[in-house]
Amino acid sequence: MIAALATLLIFQLIGEIAVQLSGLPVPGPVVGMLLLFLALRWCETLPDALRTTAETLLSHLSLLFIPAGVGIIQYGARLTNEWLALVAAMVLGTLTTVAVTALIMQGVIHLQRRSNGINK
Amino acid sequence: MLTDIWVYLAASPLLWLTVTLAVYLAGRWLFQYSGGRAIFNPVALAIIFLVLILLLTGTPYPTYFKGAQFIHFLLGPATVALAIPLYLYWERVRRLFLPIVVGLLTGSLTGMLSAIGFAWLLGGSPQTLLSLAPKSVTTPVAMGIAEKIGGLPSLTAVIVILTGVVGAVAAPALLNRLQIRDDAVKGMAIGVAAHGIGTARALQISSLAGAFAGLAMGLNALLTALLAPLLVRLLHLTP
Repeated sequence: MIAALATLLIFQLIGEIAVQLSGLPVPGPVVGMLLLFLALRWCETLPDALRTTAETLLSHLSLLFIPAGVGIIQYGARLTNEWLALVAAMVLGTLTTVAVTALIMQGVIHLQRRSNGINK
Repeated sequence: MLTDIWVYLAASPLLWLTVTLAVYLAGRWLFQYSGGRAIFNPVALAIIFLVLILLLTGTPYPTYFKGAQFIHFLLGPATVALAIPLYLYWERVRRLFLPIVVGLLTGSLTGMLSAIGFAWLLGGSPQTLLSLAPKSVTTPVAMGIAEKIGGLPSLTAVIVILTGVVGAVAAPALLNRLQIRDDAVKGMAIGVAAHGIGTARALQISSLAGAFAGLAMGLNALLTALLAPLLVRLLHLTP
């Protein structure tokens, strides 16, 4: 488990260094994720310990957002003054994004299947 | 005596780390006890409880964060860990390459435009609009984007979390109503709109949905980081 955790941290570290060196507008952990993915593809094996540790960590992913979320306590004034705009953007904006993305992606999949059918 | 102990504990990281974990477990228990009702979202419950506890005890947020930062830190390795579901479902991802690219572009643009649009219609200040633009992107990246385009990074962090909660609570029901049955599409839509908190919810639908949500979250972070500054210039938004 410690070896697996170390693996995750090492890839995060490499990701952070890569971002610092390249000046890409991307966070280090996302680069770390892509690099670990490439490493796994290259090795063509997934160690059991890494899989278990990753799955445990991801099953509690929502816990990790709580500390930042509690930061809402610092924005009392702005939330009271602009609550309608904020709530509308967060609720309607998010639902619009979910619906539009799902429908467009589903549509492209249908089109792809249909054109594959015609080609066959 | 009791005050002495409180004064000592309230300033130590141990107390707030323990309280955060305990409140999270309580939130999860409530969620399961309610039969998994979406409105009892564990993150939302935990945040509400913790805010109440901090207000009642008069604890400032920085003191709380000194303890909670150990949990916050794990966001980094957890993001890296998303490589594992991606590796396991790579065949599926490869076959759906075109739908993923189109879905991602649509999702990133709709995410920013709908947030800015709705807030603008309802009289949001320019700084609020700029803080809202990256709301569907995972916290650390969204904060970086907000800073770059002139929003308030710490306000963005809060907006991002609440967006994630909205997505986790409402997206599965919305997708069912839209008759979306493909778990890959469900995961993609939830991940693009509601980043990591959505991904946590998608992992409960199935690990396939979770893999696509994780992929969507990572790619949307890259794409929105590139598109946000262009979009803000195009819309003539200034703080």
